[in-house]
Amino acid sequence: MKFNLFGLFSGVLFGLGLILAGMANPVKVQGFLDIAGLWDPSLAFVMGGGIGVSMVFYAKAKRTSLSLLTKEALKVPSNTLIDKRLVLGSAAFGIGWGIGGICPGPALVAVGMGSLGGVLFTVAMLVGMYLFEIIERRNAKA
Amino acid sequence: MQIDLAHFTPLASLLGGALIGLTAGLMILLAGRVAGIAGIIGGLIGGAADKSWRLFFIAGLVISPLIWSLFAPLPALQMVTSPLGLIIAGLLVGIGTRYANGCTSGHGVCGLSRFSLRSLIAVLSFMGTGFVTVFIIKHLLG
Repeated sequence: MKFNLFGLFSGVLFGLGLILAGMANPVKVQGFLDIAGLWDPSLAFVMGGGIGVSMVFYAKAKRTSLSLLTKEALKVPSNTLIDKRLVLGSAAFGIGWGIGGICPGPALVAVGMGSLGGVLFTVAMLVGMYLFEIIERRNAKA
Repeated sequence: MQIDLAHFTPLASLLGGALIGLTAGLMILLAGRVAGIAGIIGGLIGGAADKSWRLFFIAGLVISPLIWSLFAPLPALQMVTSPLGLIIAGLLVGIGTRYANGCTSGHGVCGLSRFSLRSLIAVLSFMGTGFVTVFIIKHLLG
């Protein structure tokens, strides 16, 4: 239960950060990606602030063996593979991000704001993730 | 390139980013989890064993606008594409982030914070295609 409440708290904190940062607003995201037009560099500051603070915690995490709340080994990704899945998957994500101005976190915030477009995007995103699972399972069988 | 000073929000974006970084930091140290939104949602669809905190985290993201609205008026969301565009964008974001194993938060904030080369490649790929996509939409087609 403690872990669940922490999850809820983290989700709220993350969402508030996205709203404050302007990241939840598609037009602002597209303004950042539009370097050839009127460019809004704000999202570079979101990344800067995010990485700057998170870096301190990840440095500490390197020297930590068990998580404080769940008392289990930290699940830091060990995958270092740079392959087609990484590059092309990210490329597909970037195209979608450019078209909609929405990535996964802001999509859920938009749902919470009662945005119909946000709901439409989120449902399509979930279908996309489900398609990935189906393709993966089919490939595993073959 | 021209800077869009009318919409530039360096301080709010930096603070919002810091809040996102703080959340990511607390998540890794307290719960041993990476704050990657695509991964958290994907685990629910892909049949991860630890579904419960993921659901709570997502619930937190969805109610974050409600919490925000208790203290300040919510900023308006402006969509940048049609309903069909949102569906295409959502599908690409969903499938792409699962293939790449991460999005703006997982690879962008958490991955770069721990100096992962794999995440750097992912970020360059989705940022690059994001820039190109918006260039095509706004300057070649628009």
